[in-house]
Amino acid sequence: MRHTLAVLVENKYGVLSRVAGMFSRRGYNIDSLTVGVTDDPTISRMTIVVRGDDEVLEQVTKQLNKLIDVIRVTDLKSEDSVERELALIKVNSDVSNRSEIMQIADIFRARIIDVASKSMVIEVTGDESKIAAIEQLLRPFGIKEMVRTGKVALRRGQKSS
Amino acid sequence: MTESTEKMTGARALIECLYREGVDTIFGYPGGVLLPIYDELYDANIRHILVRHEQAAAHGAEGYARATGKTGVCLATSGPGATNLVTGIANAYMDSIPMVVFTGQVPSNLLGNDAFQEANITGITMPITKHNYLVQDANDLPRIIKEAFHIASTGRQGPVLIDLPKDITLQEIEFYYPDKVDLRGYKPTYQGNLQQIKKAASEIEISKCPVIYAGGGIISSDASKELLEFAEKIKAPVTTTLTGMGGFPAENPLFLGMPGMHGTKYANYAIQESDLLIAVGVRFDDRVTGKLKAFAANAKIIHIDIDPAEISKNIKVDIPIVGDAKWILQKLLKYASPSQSEAWIKRIDHWKKDNPLYYVEPATGDGIKPQYIVEQICEACKDAIIVTEVGQHQMWAAQYFKFSKPRTFITSGGLGTMGYGFPASIGAKVGRPDKVVFDIAGDGSFQMNSQELATAVQENVPVIVAIFNNGYLGMVRQWQELFHNKRYSSTCIQNSVDFVKLAEAYGALGLRATKREEVRPAIEQAIASGRPTVIDFIIECEENVSPMVPAGAAINEILDLERKE
Repeated sequence: MRHTLAVLVENKYGVLSRVAGMFSRRGYNIDSLTVGVTDDPTISRMTIVVRGDDEVLEQVTKQLNKLIDVIRVTDLKSEDSVERELALIKVNSDVSNRSEIMQIADIFRARIIDVASKSMVIEVTGDESKIAAIEQLLRPFGIKEMVRTGKVALRRGQKSS
Repeated sequence: MTESTEKMTGARALIECLYREGVDTIFGYPGGVLLPIYDELYDANIRHILVRHEQAAAHGAEGYARATGKTGVCLATSGPGATNLVTGIANAYMDSIPMVVFTGQVPSNLLGNDAFQEANITGITMPITKHNYLVQDANDLPRIIKEAFHIASTGRQGPVLIDLPKDITLQEIEFYYPDKVDLRGYKPTYQGNLQQIKKAASEIEISKCPVIYAGGGIISSDASKELLEFAEKIKAPVTTTLTGMGGFPAENPLFLGMPGMHGTKYANYAIQESDLLIAVGVRFDDRVTGKLKAFAANAKIIHIDIDPAEISKNIKVDIPIVGDAKWILQKLLKYASPSQSEAWIKRIDHWKKDNPLYYVEPATGDGIKPQYIVEQICEACKDAIIVTEVGQHQMWAAQYFKFSKPRTFITSGGLGTMGYGFPASIGAKVGRPDKVVFDIAGDGSFQMNSQELATAVQENVPVIVAIFNNGYLGMVRQWQELFHNKRYSSTCIQNSVDFVKLAEAYGALGLRATKREEVRPAIEQAIASGRPTVIDFIIECEENVSPMVPAGAAINEILDLERKE
């Protein structure tokens, strides 16, 4: 079972290693982790995707809350939150298949952000399944490199800062 | 403005902050980057206990904190000085003891350069401190120190470390000490949820076989008076963990002694047969619970603790109440009615009569049984503070000393640190000079910090070290006897040291007792001497701690290990 946690933390040195250290020390697995500053420059927001049953989630939440630099932990249920991930995919291409790849990108509302004689870089945003789907369609052309941001998420309807 | 500002260096500001926190004693050891701080300490109105190894500074500060209830303070230099504190910090973290630890650090411009005596102590201590700080600007120092004392001494207490680069201690600042702390990520809960408290009260009322299982939280929240009133009101027996000893008077008929691996049989039977387990300030440690699945299997569990992360960490709890033990017990006293425990109490009294703690005197007649020494210390000085090292002697002390008051038993519970007791006893005696302080030690443990005899003598801290000398690393030997066919691999340390001469070499008093009749006079002589004293008690060498629940077994699967030959 996977859970997405929004963790508001003090924007101070060392806070990432405090959080990451707690996870590794207690044996919890992080699927992905993203960090960025919020509208308040003294606060950063981490989006952590963690794997485990409800008991693990409860312990993770409590242990996070125990860290002095953690201000608030929210469990974002997928049904009432929006989630996005961004991926950059560098794929083999030349004149022969360029338009075919552009069509695929089009279907996924992805963007071509770099074109070279033997490759293209595609930027795609979406939930995990969408990124998995475009990855699968691009694989036959040969993916040279790929980078994903990990998930970011917000609660729907209200500002859940 | 509550205070006018004044220009001073970071080092001076540190001393001013310590004054404002009411610190009268620190345990430390100087070093290169600490020179500005030590220069200020030279004429500061703070007692500095100069240890002989930084580990002893951390244990000393912890012993001081446990004996007095105040926050302990220690200080060590960068690099090896700081890393030598690590065991002591981990010990305080495991047992939730309030401590503020200052370490020197190389100057800011050298940080990260692998400079001489540089160690990343904030990184190293991240998992064993409640919080830590690397000071980057001396103007932040007063606020950081204020926060550190606040964090260490509130909520679930614990050690906080402040790393001080040398340039910070020399930087000039306008000193201003804040009078409030505001940490948006740290708001411990003291007042328990009333709904939950009422729910607990109604469970107590219908319970036929209640047991109170109380721990170190009783000591740290100063709740022993409330615990006694509560137990007597609801008529429930009380078992206290190793760190909870002294939280309930041992002579009270409701007292069950210690639970778990070396607990009394009746405490373990009572837990296993109970229908309601009221856990207060405990964390369901594996040395108490044994096999978790079989632990108090028929009981509803009420868990009172200040740390929400302890709730349902090891065992599923039916009624959690997060908050301060003292506050919650006061409320429970108001709402709870007596349980229906008449028959249960009778049953427990039978268990007590049929399965007492016991030991057999040696066949030869004049050999010394370790349990006897503990009884004699208790008889000679019931109000003493007992500090221990870790091992067999620690268990005998917990089993046979009749503790009646909180903060009179100081021992390394969670981490199990050999070498803890002697420096901690020095800290305890410095904090409570009015008390007789014993370090009950093993011949193995004592050697891990015996250099502190120099500290005790130089600082004139008259603690009494009672070495239970069996020539073995006894607890490990016991496990080898039971589980490894008596193959005593690296546990025999016989005749390696003359502890009397060692004591004398340091200028302490050295005594030895080899026969039963010499035990009491040695204890009396040590108390009367008023000097740091080592008593070398030569005890039966293969005596076991009994009873014993093997690791991983259910706590009612108990072995009786007392030799009856």
